[in-house]
Amino acid sequence: MDNKGDKGWNPYLAGALTGVLIILSAGIAKQYFGASTCFVRMAGFIEQIFSAEHVVSSEYFNRVVPYVDWQVMMVLGILIGAFISSMTDGSFQIKAVPDMWAERFGPSPLKRGMFAFIGGIILMFGARLAGGCPSGYGLGAMVQLAVSGLIVVGCFFAGGIIFANIIFRRSERK
Amino acid sequence: MNILVNGLITGIFFGFLLQKGRVVRYDKQMGALRLMDMTIVKFYFSAILTGMIGVTVLHKLGISPSLILPVNIGANIIGGLIFGIGWAIIGYCPGTALGALGEGRIDALWGIMGMLVGAALFAEVFPVISDTILTWGKEGSITLPQVFGINDWFIIIIFVAGGLGLFYWLEKKGL
Repeated sequence: MDNKGDKGWNPYLAGALTGVLIILSAGIAKQYFGASTCFVRMAGFIEQIFSAEHVVSSEYFNRVVPYVDWQVMMVLGILIGAFISSMTDGSFQIKAVPDMWAERFGPSPLKRGMFAFIGGIILMFGARLAGGCPSGYGLGAMVQLAVSGLIVVGCFFAGGIIFANIIFRRSERK
Repeated sequence: MNILVNGLITGIFFGFLLQKGRVVRYDKQMGALRLMDMTIVKFYFSAILTGMIGVTVLHKLGISPSLILPVNIGANIIGGLIFGIGWAIIGYCPGTALGALGEGRIDALWGIMGMLVGAALFAEVFPVISDTILTWGKEGSITLPQVFGINDWFIIIIFVAGGLGLFYWLEKKGL
């Protein structure tokens, strides 16, 4: 259960301001939002530590070269911005198991951690296959009226809604 | 301004707004997928409706480049659906996982590590996929105004009208 009074801002307002931020990025930095490409760059960085030759010879890491770009810094900034926001309004909370997860799957942090890890693998594999995530397609492509954005965002929600309802429905029968 | 500093500052504002909108949380993300709490849908549509108006103006003025992700129908649909399954399990997306970690939701750290593994895994199988799935239905970098052969602003009016209609309906339903 969320703390009472922990409402945050009106989502329409926070969303519209995010839209303004997208416009400013397009105008000033000439960049569009995206997040999943930088996970590839970071994975490449980590792999380089263990086997530099493997990364150099990889077809994919030659396309998405491991280096720090605007997007890597942007994604890092999300972590800092959310930290600042939550620390200054009292909503920061160290928590290992989300409430809705605990209601359905129990309070074990290990179980939650394992499934978050597995979910993360599946999600990122899908994002890279699709060519991007809700930032790249959902925001970056959609604001440019791209057909790809509409197809992919539709599939994100279709897959997510169907699977979420499958895994949560079982709990109601118990 | 240095492009990396610009990226960091943009991200800080983005993370701030995501957290203020409360959209980084598992409960909000799953609330949307379970069709119980549409906070992220409200946030998302407000962002893209605002963004598409401004970005279209910048395109017309020649200030911003057009960087359109191409359509690869096979990969877009299969990848999108796989993403959806993973999303329903983890309850965060790549950007919001960082935001969730920022507000102390440490389970997101496991998710982020999984995402790095998923990216590495994809790099391994990419040669196979690039010869198969990625060749299915390549349509290039096309936009909705191009496909329908109508003015950008007409498409935007449809989106805005649809979005406002959706907002009205969501508020009426109390979602």
